[in-house]
Amino acid sequence: MTGTVARLIIVAAGAMALAACGERPQVVNYKQGTYQGKPDTPPFASAPYNGNEQQWDNAIRTRNLTQNEYKRIGD
Amino acid sequence: MARMKFLCDAERCIECNGCVTACKQEHEIPWGVNRRRVVTVNDGVPGERSISVACMHCSDAPCMAVCPVDCFYKTGEGVVLHDKDLCIGCGYCFYACPFGAPQFPQAGAFGVRGKMDKCTFCAGGPEKDMSDAEFKKYGRNRLAEGKLPACAEMCSTKALLGGDGDVLADIYRQRVTVRGKSGEVWGWATAYGAPGSGGQQPPRTAPAGTPAPAGGGKS
Repeated sequence: MTGTVARLIIVAAGAMALAACGERPQVVNYKQGTYQGKPDTPPFASAPYNGNEQQWDNAIRTRNLTQNEYKRIGD
Repeated sequence: MARMKFLCDAERCIECNGCVTACKQEHEIPWGVNRRRVVTVNDGVPGERSISVACMHCSDAPCMAVCPVDCFYKTGEGVVLHDKDLCIGCGYCFYACPFGAPQFPQAGAFGVRGKMDKCTFCAGGPEKDMSDAEFKKYGRNRLAEGKLPACAEMCSTKALLGGDGDVLADIYRQRVTVRGKSGEVWGWATAYGAPGSGGQQPPRTAPAGTPAPAGGGKS
């Protein structure tokens, strides 16, 4: 009898402990006027630039200048 | 730090829709959503002009101002992005946008709208750079690869330019000086601020009729 009660208590405790595991916050607390979403990283943060902003800037600038066909084709 | 902008030269656009196709292909955009489109005015009559239109990533973006859940943010490069996990698809941004950029995929029967989708300047969104999650929600992150938007890089006539605003202004200024006409940049005053408003001014160009410099402007 005691063993059954103990088992029941353990099962109930386990069920209660796991009950809230799938719970996700349903309400967002808004702060008017400020971005509420997930943070984003700058484009140079990950590979292949790994945080090297100068290298990324140079790559973008090179690409930028190739749009000028006077310089791309000329001379 | 570069301030990313788009510039469409209406004098050069031939309405080939290459930019639209490049965007669709690059980001695997679903049917019914057009992040970029080509608009033609005075179609079939003298003075016809075509303009490639998408989100211009405005300096003072009205979509950011009206969003009731504040899901928009602006990156350090001046690109206006949004968090799709937060977007409720209300459509306020669509009404506020002067360029009609926000798009809403049909999410069910009876015209139910899904979450807003728009041009990201090929900069992805608030997910891990170049991850599957980022690609599925926002498309490819070309900026993180050191590349410029696919639409601008694919443009065969270089009517559509994308990148650092200062560099674009220099390219356009030289172009207008060479051809000696059509110095107006469509949409720049709306997107990046009219003269005197504190925003970046449209590139100053030579007045119409100014003769091209000797040497064809090559440098």
